[in-house]
Amino acid sequence: MKAAETTALPDARGRFGRFGGRYVPEVLIPALDELTAAWEELQDEPAFRGELEALLRDFVGRPSPLTFASRLSDRLGYRVYLKREDLNHTGAHKINNTLGQVLLARRLGKGRIIAETGAGMHGVATATACALFGLPCVVYMGEEDTVRQAPNVARMQLLGAEVVTVTSGSRTLKDAMNEAMRDWAGSVRETHYVIGSVAGPHPFPSLVRDLQRVIGDEAKVQFRDAEGRDPDAVVACVGGGSNAMGIFAPFVGAPGTRLVGVEAGGRGDADGEHCRSLTLGAPGVLHGSLSYLLQDGDGQVLATHSISAGLDYPGVGPEHSYMKEAGLASYVSATDAQALEGFQALGELEGILPALEPAHAVGWLLGGPLPEGSTVLVNLSGRGDKDMETVRRALGEPPSDRPRRA
Amino acid sequence: MPDLEAALRARRDGGGRAFVPYVTGGLPGVDADLLRGLEEAGADAVEVGIPFSDPVMDGGVIQEASRLALEEGTRPADVLATVKEAGLSVPVAVMTYFNPVLSRGPGDFLADAAQAGVSGAIVPDLPVDEADDWITACSKVSIAPVFLAAPGSTTERLASIAASAGGFVYCVATYGVTGERDRLAGTAQEVVLALRPLTDLPLLVGVGIGTPAQASEACAFADGVIVGSALVRRLVDGDPDGALAMAGKFRAAIGPA
Repeated sequence: MKAAETTALPDARGRFGRFGGRYVPEVLIPALDELTAAWEELQDEPAFRGELEALLRDFVGRPSPLTFASRLSDRLGYRVYLKREDLNHTGAHKINNTLGQVLLARRLGKGRIIAETGAGMHGVATATACALFGLPCVVYMGEEDTVRQAPNVARMQLLGAEVVTVTSGSRTLKDAMNEAMRDWAGSVRETHYVIGSVAGPHPFPSLVRDLQRVIGDEAKVQFRDAEGRDPDAVVACVGGGSNAMGIFAPFVGAPGTRLVGVEAGGRGDADGEHCRSLTLGAPGVLHGSLSYLLQDGDGQVLATHSISAGLDYPGVGPEHSYMKEAGLASYVSATDAQALEGFQALGELEGILPALEPAHAVGWLLGGPLPEGSTVLVNLSGRGDKDMETVRRALGEPPSDRPRRA
Repeated sequence: MPDLEAALRARRDGGGRAFVPYVTGGLPGVDADLLRGLEEAGADAVEVGIPFSDPVMDGGVIQEASRLALEEGTRPADVLATVKEAGLSVPVAVMTYFNPVLSRGPGDFLADAAQAGVSGAIVPDLPVDEADDWITACSKVSIAPVFLAAPGSTTERLASIAASAGGFVYCVATYGVTGERDRLAGTAQEVVLALRPLTDLPLLVGVGIGTPAQASEACAFADGVIVGSALVRRLVDGDPDGALAMAGKFRAAIGPA
């Protein structure tokens, strides 16, 4: 009964229970109506599906593999499988969404694409989709993130996108999204805004979930092939929450499978030191939907911190808020230090350098939170190339131009 | 407290056009004296912003004003206290985003506002479809719920906005966010003309009215204008006298007070 309940959401007003909705200026409402109608019409249209599926197979390289993490499993006493979204073209799950949305934008006749980005993976994936279809692309990125994720700025530029550095507010993902929404308010007739997470006003939370559920649909089949059953736990990091919604989707409400979202615990529980919207925030409205939000007593949005730019966001997608309150998923956190431990463990035990975002999911697992013998599916949502400098600095290594040891 | 709709209607019925200046509450220089100065400069109503950390409907000037106000430690209650202290004889509308309202609770937020003498409330990220509870809460304390109409709003939506709005309808002149523009957008007139057959409420144009000449141009088809960034820019620059002088020029351009 729970599975049916969740696939029916959101309702016609874009609500997941009390969460979601469309809290945006009037000027954007017509575009949201148009997008909602287009997605309802196209998501099951054979030509559209065929075009998207061909791109996911031939351009992205789907299906992505499911890797049994044998040495990590031995260490933890679990059977851990990694869904390898890091092996997608562009290096993360984000491309699943951007190709779908850019195809939609083409059907809507929109000739210009904008996006926000934190870690840069969504920006790269959007720039890639735009290059593929010859569409102009503008990506908004907070100044702090352009520094800590510099390789991705270069990638976007080489793909032909214009990267706009956002210097307002905290100069991270939240502010990039503010600026993208301001652009969209002025350009909405000719521009589609490719939101990168299951956040924003309706229909984005369900649109992005639907485009990302290919992760979970593949993983469910792959896991059954490997273990003959569904996993005891599905674990994914949660910033806005698109990789988590994507892998959770086919398991929601399934008895026997626990869904665990891991938020960025940053440096601790004090205000401004973390990104734990679901575990320390309260319901509020930011970027167009009602969801858990880190805010002060007057409703001002709080600053956040995470070692991972992709999780450095004070809000979260509204369906996660619904799943938390409905008991359909549980939400925990991993600190910067735990994420670094997760990063190192995957590197040393499995030969995989993950992005710092999914390293939070691995870092949480290292604490041994599940019963001995549990089978675990982890969404390895992206690869770690972009994070090399951040990790080296955090681990106290000298910079990359250090002399070679004899 | 003065009735927002009645005040704007009276101006229209007298053959005049309304001038509604906007200032960001809590910005240094925006005190009770400044609000009184705006009334003396001929404002028919004054719009006072309660600053929010993430003002997505606002361009650079009001973003900066909001940031400076929050940096001063401005809280919603401080802005309302300034409104109360000013004790204007023209109506005051507060403008803020939905999260500060939700955080206090819409009923309590409006009760606080009413207590301070506020007559209207503008929440640009609360479109009419999400506003049922808000409208009910507004009616309980006789605060007019002002809604925005925008270029691109369908006739059905405009009808719904007109039916739900109180005080006046805020006709957004152009695609985009607040801030001065080189010229008045053609969309301003389209929005006003589309609304006219649907409502008798005063129709005021705002967003992008940067000069007295543009204000005068808009007043050829609208019942008045809302002017924000052109005044706030001077306040951000630490020039409240310049802001008041500018308000006087807008007033003069659209007709005598």
